[in-house]
Amino acid sequence: MADSGRNLRQGYALLSPTLGVVGLALAAPMALLLLTSLKTQTGTGFESGWTLAQYGEVLGRDSYRILFARSLAIAGLVTLLTVALAYPMAYFVAFHTRRKFLWLIVLTIPFWTSYLLRVFAWKIILGYGGVINSGLLGLGLIGEPLSFLLYNPFSVVVTLAHAWAAFAILPIYVSLEKIDRSLLEAASDLGDGALRRFARITLPLSMPGVIGAAILIFVPTTGDFVTPELVGGPAGAMIANIIEVQFSQVGNWPLGAALALVSMLMVAVIAGLFVAAARAAAKAIR
Amino acid sequence: MKSSRLLFGYALAYLAFLYVPVLVLPLFSLNNSAFIAFPLAGFTTRWYAGLADSALQHALVNSLKVGIATALISTLLGLTAARAVTRYRLRGANAALGVISLPLFIPDIVLGISLLLLLGTLGLPLSLASVVLGHLLICVPFSLTVLIARFEGFDRNLEEASADLGEDGWMTFWRVTLPLMLPGIVASLLLTFITSFDEFLVAYFLSGTEATLPVYIWSQLRFPARLPMVLALGTLILAVSVVLVIFAEKLRNQGVKKPVVGA
Repeated sequence: MADSGRNLRQGYALLSPTLGVVGLALAAPMALLLLTSLKTQTGTGFESGWTLAQYGEVLGRDSYRILFARSLAIAGLVTLLTVALAYPMAYFVAFHTRRKFLWLIVLTIPFWTSYLLRVFAWKIILGYGGVINSGLLGLGLIGEPLSFLLYNPFSVVVTLAHAWAAFAILPIYVSLEKIDRSLLEAASDLGDGALRRFARITLPLSMPGVIGAAILIFVPTTGDFVTPELVGGPAGAMIANIIEVQFSQVGNWPLGAALALVSMLMVAVIAGLFVAAARAAAKAIR
Repeated sequence: MKSSRLLFGYALAYLAFLYVPVLVLPLFSLNNSAFIAFPLAGFTTRWYAGLADSALQHALVNSLKVGIATALISTLLGLTAARAVTRYRLRGANAALGVISLPLFIPDIVLGISLLLLLGTLGLPLSLASVVLGHLLICVPFSLTVLIARFEGFDRNLEEASADLGEDGWMTFWRVTLPLMLPGIVASLLLTFITSFDEFLVAYFLSGTEATLPVYIWSQLRFPARLPMVLALGTLILAVSVVLVIFAEKLRNQGVKKPVVGA
């Protein structure tokens, strides 16, 4: 297929509006974020000079380091848990049911209400006077409400794993569904048992779905402040809570910008490493 | 078939995990008590009367506007870009796709505050338009993914056949390309509308005084007295969505014949 010059021009003309809009809407704000992070806040404005003071603050303070570590740990754990729980479910729909479409609809209905309310539902369930506690009290199983259910990293992980489940089920299902069934038959004919066949054919071929799901979940959960604010309490606070505060109440935009840039870089590096590692692993198994 | 039954059991347990927390919303939205706890205090529909709130309805209309604008623009931008990279062999196409997909790797809160900085620097007011801009960054990668998948399964011989049979470019697009692309376009519109309609973080920073529905809900979560009404709202959104899904599925089954080619 040799495209003539005129054809190529057509192609670039088709591509350029999208590239222009997304590129500009990304590059200009990111440049400003970087410039802002090199300033110092004075009252409602910035000081005129440039400084790396914000980065010293962000990387130097223990409280920020704890928040960064906790955010990445929570997001990592949520990603792992959500993908691990969703995989058998997606596998069941792809290989063991006839009415796949019905199953997919039934699986996605819980996600058809507001994200905020799905998160809030867990506050109602786990709270001190909430569903679990009032239920157990009513049954006489406990003498006083359990206070360890809510406001800790655990409640954040459970809530996020529930809120993002659809983002794991669907990509994994799609990649499982694409697998050529004759490959599985061939593996069986050549003497592979069910487990070996799964490890050597199904799992590696479904890796694109697993990787996609992991990125779709890890990136946004690292930057979520809704869930930690509603169910995290002080012990479950994450980095986005601090960023949000800088841009609303306290109003230290340069510090907020530096925090945002550092967390963005961390997420990008970890996501990149993960994709590379997962691809290498999938290749190694085969 | 033992593994099959084991998986079926797992599937049921998983469904319970997905459904039980969400069913809390309708259950307590019909409960005759301002406190959200057991034991249930009898049936009432009074919380649903609280939905006749003008701020809520204004926020709903705002969300519909933003969702529709985002879905249309995002799908259009996705269509042209997907067409460009699947139809032509462009140098740098992969780099361009990388740039367009970049927002997938950036936490939404960072997109929100960086756009807030941009609007502040340019002296532009926060408005629904700024929310649409933010939502476009999130949604265009989704549109692009859906539409590229559709274009890749697309038989170009059909377009050539149409040209050979004497149709001009416009008629070929109208009678061949568009009908074949329609399922992809509908999927992209739906996905981006839902994403935008439910998006909170970016809207929180960019909506200014024009709250979208999630921003309105967030403002209400602080007041315990408003909670049963918020649960009623969540229940209603869920119910409307379920009816729409069932309706769409009915249409899909009895409506247009599936295209035999290009699937």
